[in-house]
Amino acid sequence: MRWLVLKDLQILKRSPLQLTLLVVYPVVIALLVGFAMTGGQEQTKVALYSQIPASESLGLGGEEVDGSEIRNQLCGRVECIEADSASDAKKMVESGEATAAVIVPEDLGDKIRSLASLNPESPEIQIIVNGSDAVESQVTDDRVEAMLSEANLLLAKRLSEGAKDYLDLILKGGQFDLLGQKIEVLGLKKSEQILRQIEPKLPPGTDKEQLARAVRFAHLATDNLDLAGPLLTAITEPIKADKVEVGDEAPSLDTYAIGVTVAFALMFVTVLLVAGSLALEKEENAFTRLTAGLVGRGWIIFAKVGLGTIVGTGVALILLAGLGLFIGIEWGRAPFWLLAIVFGAAAFAAAGAALGAAAREVRAATLAAVMISVPVALLSLVPDDAVGPAIETAINLVSAVFPFRPALDAITGGLELSGPSQWLPLLHLTVLTLAYGALARLALRRF
Amino acid sequence: MTGENPALAARGVSKSFDGRSALKGVDFEVGPGEVVALIGPNGAGKTTLLSILAGIAEPDSGEVAGDGVAWVPQQAALYRRLSVQENLLLFARLQHDAGQTDENPSLMVKRMLDLTGLAERAADRVGTLSGGNQQRVNIAIGLMAGPSVLLLDEPSVGLDPAQRERLWGFVLDLVREGTAVAFSTHDIQEAERYAERIVAVAEGEGIFSGTADELRQAVEAGGARSEDLETSFLAFLRERGH
Repeated sequence: MRWLVLKDLQILKRSPLQLTLLVVYPVVIALLVGFAMTGGQEQTKVALYSQIPASESLGLGGEEVDGSEIRNQLCGRVECIEADSASDAKKMVESGEATAAVIVPEDLGDKIRSLASLNPESPEIQIIVNGSDAVESQVTDDRVEAMLSEANLLLAKRLSEGAKDYLDLILKGGQFDLLGQKIEVLGLKKSEQILRQIEPKLPPGTDKEQLARAVRFAHLATDNLDLAGPLLTAITEPIKADKVEVGDEAPSLDTYAIGVTVAFALMFVTVLLVAGSLALEKEENAFTRLTAGLVGRGWIIFAKVGLGTIVGTGVALILLAGLGLFIGIEWGRAPFWLLAIVFGAAAFAAAGAALGAAAREVRAATLAAVMISVPVALLSLVPDDAVGPAIETAINLVSAVFPFRPALDAITGGLELSGPSQWLPLLHLTVLTLAYGALARLALRRF
Repeated sequence: MTGENPALAARGVSKSFDGRSALKGVDFEVGPGEVVALIGPNGAGKTTLLSILAGIAEPDSGEVAGDGVAWVPQQAALYRRLSVQENLLLFARLQHDAGQTDENPSLMVKRMLDLTGLAERAADRVGTLSGGNQQRVNIAIGLMAGPSVLLLDEPSVGLDPAQRERLWGFVLDLVREGTAVAFSTHDIQEAERYAERIVAVAEGEGIFSGTADELRQAVEAGGARSEDLETSFLAFLRERGH
């Protein structure tokens, strides 16, 4: 068996393109993913066209929100690009200069002010996003949504504070500015006090019953409006979310990204290498000679799986070393993720052997390896709650018969203590290795 | 026939593939130091018979007796990206590990390089060698374990006359050392030139076994005119409805 592995390594060494790919591929992937993960600080560019003058004040009961403040809120999370018109903003999105556009209409201020009146209107702004890239569009949607939430929160606070001032005026009294004239407002509390003071002094025969009713009303109104203040304050944050986080959130995402990257590289290299290498035995006419009393068919499968495991593990280690330059990898957990990589490589190699034995021709084996492994791996990454129950079951079944998902689970579990448990995926990979090995052996009967 | 102690003998060998009969009770034998040519039209069953004689395929019925049989496939079964020496060393090691020989693999390689006259090309990749030299390496691998019988499946296909002559010079040297050789060929002149005996098969049946002269005599006995051996063989086939 070792001579076959040695021979395959010699052949591998003789193919500069293949050898270069084996080294360059993980390095390039490591660089790309590393830069993507660490260079994500660049803000989303949003084209902004505001028809509200920057100096226009949105006075809300004494609280001022001007156009520039809203703009600052909008542009706090994204890089805003000023547009000259709505169509200009739209063109920026179409050309890719901006990933989204925000159009603020001229009547936004009026509508916001109307919120504090008896006839409130619904203020609206227009968002334009480029839907050609689903992933980027989703990211943009999330960012714009977060951006608007902040702006809305500011407005809600100002509105509630303005309204609370009005209530305080009615409740406690004070001066009110109306069309440039100062108006004195008595306030309910003072009204009650005055009425109570004058009630005993009233001469007999006065309609005390009516006065008593006015006093009771002023008292009740005072009590109830005292409650209205806290209620209005509460609407500044209509939905509260109690979010509890343990540990550091970022490393988990990093671990998953590393796991996906390593599992993909492992799958590509191992499945393609083993499928092609086994089919090559047929193309070189060597298979018949090998099996003419020299090596059993089972040993040939074993040698190919061994080759795939060795090379796949090596590639994964190069990839991890490259990624380690950008992001933290727990080298203390090396025995765990190394175990996952070795088991994953063996399962991918066995799958490659089955494909190579079935295809019997290098190009066909390579094509089959790509056409089968890539879609199945991508399916394995679809979140369960993103599809309906029937499709979820189908995806889970497909994912269960291909090594990608268990390899990903085992690798992420190996990389991080808080990751998924490793042992079940390792058992899963062992079963798949044996099953694909048996299929490969079966296919070699008609090789 | 060869006599009482053939190096390799098959009796009543039959083989079918998917219901199609490839061999129908064929007898074959080759004696020590003898060269036998297996001739017949395409699809006659020559390669199937050689595969069964080599032990690569199992017959449906019949018996094969013989030890130390080496088989050399029609197309060079070599790794083109490995050098001559690396190919030889790989198969030497595999044969050693399989218990086919006790000889040290490295010494075996040196012996084969000397035998094939390819010592100077030892470091060259097989893919860069001529067809004749590839076939010499191909045969050398078959000879590593010192077989008593060498089975060659159309060994000279694709070779020019000079390459063919060098190849046969190499094979006949082995014969002189006592190795029995059986080879299949389409080239009747090659069979007449190098084989002591000719075995003809057609549509899975053994239809002739004897010398080239005996084949001519058989044709003339049937009333046909015998010019060259190829013409005689074609007449022989027509006479028997093939």
